[in-house]
Amino acid sequence: MTGTDTTDTARLTGATAAAALALGDDALILSHRLGEWAGHAPVLEEEVALANIALDLLGQARILLSLVGDEDELAFLREERSFRNLQLVEQPNGDFAHTIARQLYFSFYQHEVYGELARGDGPFAPLAAKAVKETAYHRDHAEQWTLRLGDGTEESRSRMRAALDALWKFTGEMFQPVDGLDGLDPAALEQRWLAALTGVLDRAGLDLPQGPRTGAWAAGAGRQGLHTESFGRMVAEMQHLHRSHPGASW
Amino acid sequence: MVAVTPETGPDTALGADGTDGTDMTADLGAQLAAAFDAAVAADERVEPRDWMPDEYRASLVRQMAQHAHSEIIGMQPEANWITRAPSLRRKAILMAKVQDEAGHGLYLYSAAETLGTSRDELLDKLHSGKQKYSSIFNYPTLTWADVGAIGWLVDGAAITNQVPICRCSYGPYARAMVRICKEESFHQRQGYELLLALSRGTEAQHAMAQDAVDRWWWPSLMMFGPPDDESAHSAQSMAWRIKRHSNDELRQRFVDIAVPQAESLGLTLPDPDLKWNEERGHHDFGAIDWAEFWDVLKGNGPCNEQRIGQRRKAHEEGAWVRDAAAAYARKQTAQQAAQQAANPAGQNEEARV
Repeated sequence: MTGTDTTDTARLTGATAAAALALGDDALILSHRLGEWAGHAPVLEEEVALANIALDLLGQARILLSLVGDEDELAFLREERSFRNLQLVEQPNGDFAHTIARQLYFSFYQHEVYGELARGDGPFAPLAAKAVKETAYHRDHAEQWTLRLGDGTEESRSRMRAALDALWKFTGEMFQPVDGLDGLDPAALEQRWLAALTGVLDRAGLDLPQGPRTGAWAAGAGRQGLHTESFGRMVAEMQHLHRSHPGASW
Repeated sequence: MVAVTPETGPDTALGADGTDGTDMTADLGAQLAAAFDAAVAADERVEPRDWMPDEYRASLVRQMAQHAHSEIIGMQPEANWITRAPSLRRKAILMAKVQDEAGHGLYLYSAAETLGTSRDELLDKLHSGKQKYSSIFNYPTLTWADVGAIGWLVDGAAITNQVPICRCSYGPYARAMVRICKEESFHQRQGYELLLALSRGTEAQHAMAQDAVDRWWWPSLMMFGPPDDESAHSAQSMAWRIKRHSNDELRQRFVDIAVPQAESLGLTLPDPDLKWNEERGHHDFGAIDWAEFWDVLKGNGPCNEQRIGQRRKAHEEGAWVRDAAAAYARKQTAQQAAQQAANPAGQNEEARV
């Protein structure tokens, strides 16, 4: 065991473990992407805010991965094809508008998912009850920036529109059924997500993108271990040091 | 330090130096200066609305700006390792640390604003090279162990420098420093603990830790600034109680603290002349390469261009974001004003007409 085991409780198995990996990998990978902003943010307040969100997500990831196995083995020793995160969260940061569009799509989804899980009595309820408070802040952050960029300058509006369009094709995957999260009704989730998203975009003076929500092989692909090209490099960077010292403690 | 606030208050025509050119106010200026000196000597705190000499204000702005710039430039060498942190626990600690540094930058720029200098103005001076940041950040972080060495040595040196500033004569700076020092001492412990894990780890990890300490030791000693007899701002800063100990005193204090810590870590310090001097009650240490210090300060360090280049790039690439936020805020204000004008005191349109 190379990492810190944060739980002594019995590990999840089967479909529930798969669901923990799916949710945990989403949080782990998005946290990593947001961590890439450190030292590059447009304004000092955003250095703090983006790091805050990244830290919340990393905390969620650590709990979820530890429900399945050793958190560090799972983060640093799995091959790219074994990660179960959505393709959306692995997309490169792009400009600030792309990062905000990714946050907007994902935080609204994650907030709905955790809200639902927190109301249930399944294995994720305790985690979700805590995480939903964090995702409420993440959603608010994304919403406020969407309003500022959408209703700011001509440039910010066109950048935000381009970012929303570019990432739109990765949103369909969020509403594919996930094994082990049987209590979640993907269709209802999608409806609530779309309604909330449309509300924000309306206020920002932005239109809901019109393109397809799934590419030729994007539907549910991340959850099945199919990722996009940039993900391989991201994982290589993330895992390099850990893998260079097999068995070492840090 | 309310005692030296001019009784005439902020609405009078007093210049920044407390004079308006007449004899009476020239006398007042001299009185204010004398009262200021006495209050500072009595360890009273100066607050933003108090009268203060222009040179005091300028000296504080210079020091606080340099400190704030060091926090935000200092994010870079450590952020360099966030995406490669070797365990999730270490990754969380490192992200939180870099975030703290951004937060320190925020407090310090805000504290400087109490002296009438905006953050934008100070950032422009950083980007144009008119103001400096701590030269230590012009050294590269080449391995993971550098993250630990920065925490232990660089943050350790910073704390030694900064703890006395918690008692600095200028209130907002002193108060900002109290919080900053608490967080810095946490960072230092984390850095020490990171190095300890490496030192007690595999042979390769131990070598990595030793190499990092070898590279960071001397630059850390340089962080206290030039020797006392060559320090340009020291004497006046000490008289004003902005600074309380000389560069050499603080450097000695740091060395005395670091030596036993290095022993506990199982690591050596790269100085053959380092030894306990019974007579002085301090460690003697070897000569610092001041030529290197001045060379790095002048811009010839390994990362000077890279650090300032990244800072400028982030600022320039973020301009459209800041413009958007400002435009949005203006629109919101205008909209609220229009709503109020159309509907004063909550009355409806018909009632108003």
